[in-house]
Amino acid sequence: MKSVTKAYRPISWPMKGAGGDTGSWRAHRPVVDIEICTKCQFCWVYCPEAVIDRKEITIDYRYCKGCGVCATECPTGAISMEKEE
Amino acid sequence: MTTSIKKLPDIEQVLSGNGACGGCPATMALRIVGKALGSNAIMLLTPSCSVASMGMTPKLGYNWPGINICFATAGSSASGITHAVEILKEKGRLQGELPTVFSWVGDGGTYDIGFQALSAAAERNDNMIHFCYNNEAYSNTGVQRSGATPRGTFTTTTPTGKRQPKKNMALLMLEHNIPYVATATVAYPGDLYDKVVKAKNIPGMKYIEILAPCYLGWQFDMPETVQLSRMAVKSGAWLLWEAENGKISFNNPSSLIISGKKGADPVDEYVMKQGRFNRLLKGPDAESRIAEIQGDIDREIAFMRERAKITI
Repeated sequence: MKSVTKAYRPISWPMKGAGGDTGSWRAHRPVVDIEICTKCQFCWVYCPEAVIDRKEITIDYRYCKGCGVCATECPTGAISMEKEE
Repeated sequence: MTTSIKKLPDIEQVLSGNGACGGCPATMALRIVGKALGSNAIMLLTPSCSVASMGMTPKLGYNWPGINICFATAGSSASGITHAVEILKEKGRLQGELPTVFSWVGDGGTYDIGFQALSAAAERNDNMIHFCYNNEAYSNTGVQRSGATPRGTFTTTTPTGKRQPKKNMALLMLEHNIPYVATATVAYPGDLYDKVVKAKNIPGMKYIEILAPCYLGWQFDMPETVQLSRMAVKSGAWLLWEAENGKISFNNPSSLIISGKKGADPVDEYVMKQGRFNRLLKGPDAESRIAEIQGDIDREIAFMRERAKITI
């Protein structure tokens, strides 16, 4: 029988990307128009994925799943969903 | 006054790139809960979507020590851990502030399968927080009917629409005489944050239920998660309230509906937006069945209005 070494211990550690690079799931990409944006932080608070930077309103496209909640909740319409190439 | 969005803390306990669906209301709510609880907490997870969204070993999508437990044991496992933590503190092996023990459980693990252990834990008044994120079905296994499923809903086990109303679980927990019970939803993050902060600072058993509109189970478009949650509150299908030591107080905008200052929106728009009521709307008796759903909501509002008057 194989002995249980450190690598085989069933313990997980908190890390980004536990579900892989989830940005590849995306069909539509949210794009922020920073000139219209009033920095109300609605997109940041409703983002289920925590990929939106609170101060700069930039999006981490490596993990953004493209759900579109930010674009729907944006009160000024500064976020638009563009089709992925 | 609820905490404004700009005053919420920066801390992130749900990490990017976890395995949840896009637009998942459970991770949306868990992020806000994480901001309120901070990193000094122990998380218990029964089988649910949130376990599936943890991701793959050796990575973990949540920044807490998490324990995966059996479906029926959310109450008893959390009781055991909270007692163990207290004894470690007594023996001097644990320094500083005690970690908050909380379970993050779906509606199946609260309403049906986990009810016995939860009820026992509430009766013992153990120091823990039980969160129920309520998506009104067993969504993880492909949308089956649960005790939280409202009348008229299509699920895979109720193909013609459920014939029974849902039960009022938060009120059931209140009748256990526990110090704090609250209901919240993802559309009002400041309200949810305040309730979790309040629960964290109260010793004893706390119960917080969060309505989480699941776009797969409820069959609406993915970007509308927050809108559906808001519509549920405005139509009165979901009431926001909290009860400290048995005294119920309602939160905005449910307080306006309860006090009669503002009428609840008709349920039609809320029902039509969701595909899970489609079969009901296409049937010959559609009008009477929508009237049934409206009747359930009106009854619940009237009942909670009178229940809140009892403050003994």
